[in-house]
Amino acid sequence: MQAMHHGDLYTAYHPRWLRQPKNTYWWLEKPSYFAFILRELTCLPVAWFAVYLLLLTQAVIDSPAAYAQFMAWSASPWMILVNVVSFALLVFHAITFFVAAPQALIVHLGRTRVPGSLILIGHYAAWAAASVVVIWLLGRA
Amino acid sequence: MADRIRLQVARYRPEQESEATYDEFDVPCPKDWVILDGLNHIKDQLDGTLAYRWSCRMGICGSCGMTVNGEPKLTCATFLHEYAPGPIRVEPLRNFPVIRDLIVDIGDFMRKLVTVKPWIVRDEERPLSAGEFRQTPDEMDEYKQYSMCINCMLCYSACPIYGLDPKFVGPAAIALAQRYNLDNRDQGASARMDVLSEHEGIWGCTFVGECTKVCPKHVDPAGSIQRYKLTAALESMKSFFLPRGA
Repeated sequence: MQAMHHGDLYTAYHPRWLRQPKNTYWWLEKPSYFAFILRELTCLPVAWFAVYLLLLTQAVIDSPAAYAQFMAWSASPWMILVNVVSFALLVFHAITFFVAAPQALIVHLGRTRVPGSLILIGHYAAWAAASVVVIWLLGRA
Repeated sequence: MADRIRLQVARYRPEQESEATYDEFDVPCPKDWVILDGLNHIKDQLDGTLAYRWSCRMGICGSCGMTVNGEPKLTCATFLHEYAPGPIRVEPLRNFPVIRDLIVDIGDFMRKLVTVKPWIVRDEERPLSAGEFRQTPDEMDEYKQYSMCINCMLCYSACPIYGLDPKFVGPAAIALAQRYNLDNRDQGASARMDVLSEHEGIWGCTFVGECTKVCPKHVDPAGSIQRYKLTAALESMKSFFLPRGA
């Protein structure tokens, strides 16, 4: 902690307040702060998978050769590593997002407020339903 | 259980020091003593120069918020024996300027609180002869949780965003704005929207969620801010698609 400089907000009624500047590494002070920063950073894998999907779509549109090249690129060890790590972080992002959802989403059915646990279950159910559709589509291919 | 416990109390005497120091005191530790009792013992018996705020001793006035072992706490509701064998470090609330010892300046919060008009706003006041405003229990439940705020500012102390950007309106002020926005007797939501929808209002919040965790009255300021973000986004879309109103 350091005393503030004379002149900054100094008045006869506010003599020498002590300022406590925020540490650059404040996010390491508590596990919950660190979890928050991790949650924020995991938006990057979300963006990565969006880009990856666009690249895949472009390869499919271009030609069978471009698609084969994309698949070979995806099968390289470093690419598999990137995607496995990104997927793990994506799951963390999704779970922390779901946990936060009931706090932000207040839903009423008639005069009754839907409990937060049901909102959480609804998110997981939607996730499961979307996964089933994707698996069904893959099965047809 | 030990019969005494050591308190490491932050001191700041602006006429003598330019930085905080720590004084150590051994205080009795009976089962029913809270941190505030320990501080009162120091003030009465050991060092009368210690400065701190307190009033009601029952979690209502919101005066005795301090940082206890790194966590923002109401010292009247935090028992000494929970930290046995100690020591317990007692510091002023974080993110506020310290005036002396454990006393922080709360002017910034008080100024922000007024900007969100935390009172019932009516387009036209009714005469007293028109009687009371009627409200059902369901209508009261809509805002009751937010009305429990005691302005203790533990949420500001826990919020890293407020620490990094002092312009942020902050958790309690936004929760109190929601307390009135959700009250069916109030008509001031649009007036509050101007302040709350600023970047330093709800959009400054990144949903760290610590404010809700430390709130001694279970107000859930983080939830109130996210809820208001949804309202503000819908209002913004409405004004875009229906510019002349509907």
